[in-house]
Amino acid sequence: MKVIVNISLKEGVLDPEGQAIDNTLRNLGFNNFNNIRTGKQIILNIDKVNDNEVLKEADKMCQELLVNTVIENYHINIIKDK
Amino acid sequence: MRAAVAIFPGSNCDRDMIVALKKITGKSPLKLWHKDTEAPNLDLIVIPGGFSFGDYLRCGALAARSPIIKNIKNHISRGGALLGVCNGFQILIEANILPGSLVRNKKLLFTCRETTLEVQNSLQSPFLSSFNTGDYLNIPVAHNEGNYIANTELLKELENDGRIAFKYKQNSEIETDYNPNGSLHDIAGILSKNGRVLGMMPHPERSINSLHGGTDGLKFLTKSIEEIVG
Repeated sequence: MKVIVNISLKEGVLDPEGQAIDNTLRNLGFNNFNNIRTGKQIILNIDKVNDNEVLKEADKMCQELLVNTVIENYHINIIKDK
Repeated sequence: MRAAVAIFPGSNCDRDMIVALKKITGKSPLKLWHKDTEAPNLDLIVIPGGFSFGDYLRCGALAARSPIIKNIKNHISRGGALLGVCNGFQILIEANILPGSLVRNKKLLFTCRETTLEVQNSLQSPFLSSFNTGDYLNIPVAHNEGNYIANTELLKELENDGRIAFKYKQNSEIETDYNPNGSLHDIAGILSKNGRVLGMMPHPERSINSLHGGTDGLKFLTKSIEEIVG
């Protein structure tokens, strides 16, 4: 299965990269949006099949390394192999 | 004086820091490698600037989980002095040794230039006790993620407890962008609760020779070492 961790900056934390993208999108004529936030995605391939166990382990990884919880939010998705 | 410089893959100011420490103490500091699990008793450990582990994931994140960090934590629990410069400051924050966070510079630019620092009314710290509140030091910065942020409570705590070591300061009327990264309260460096750990974005080791354009870094390091040795 794949474990997909999406990490984004918390609301209120300055996202200058998001602001720069915001400006350029508006220069291109796209105006139908507000508040762009950028982030990153980490994909882990895991052999285990027990969803709960995998979720628990992924959460521990986020807490210990993958995420700086002072400034970042995260969300974990599990995608099962077909 | 028993000093050491901790080196990670991607550190690039380690040699400059070694030169600076040797110039002051007369002997080369010990070099600690990121994988070292043993270290002798030391008076001072410096984590130098650079791009440890290529700044992958977050600046300092991977270095902060290296084996040497346990040694460094033991060192500070023994009351040893610890200085983190630039990427070293980022590592101290990622290792939860200092609070808050260092994020991308507000203007998205890597900034490499001289800054004016004002010494703050700080708690008793060997790094600052030779200076007076309001003293100025001209020391250069070179970083992409030096924008210090913290929540309101933490900022208040840092201000009230005298844990802000340096603030960027306007030094002339023409210099309007004196804060190179947008850090809150113009913070350039902070102290641990006991004042024996200092994290700072500016590079004192890049200001130790008149050919560098100034020697305030040498002055700062020399005074710090004198106080640490006692």
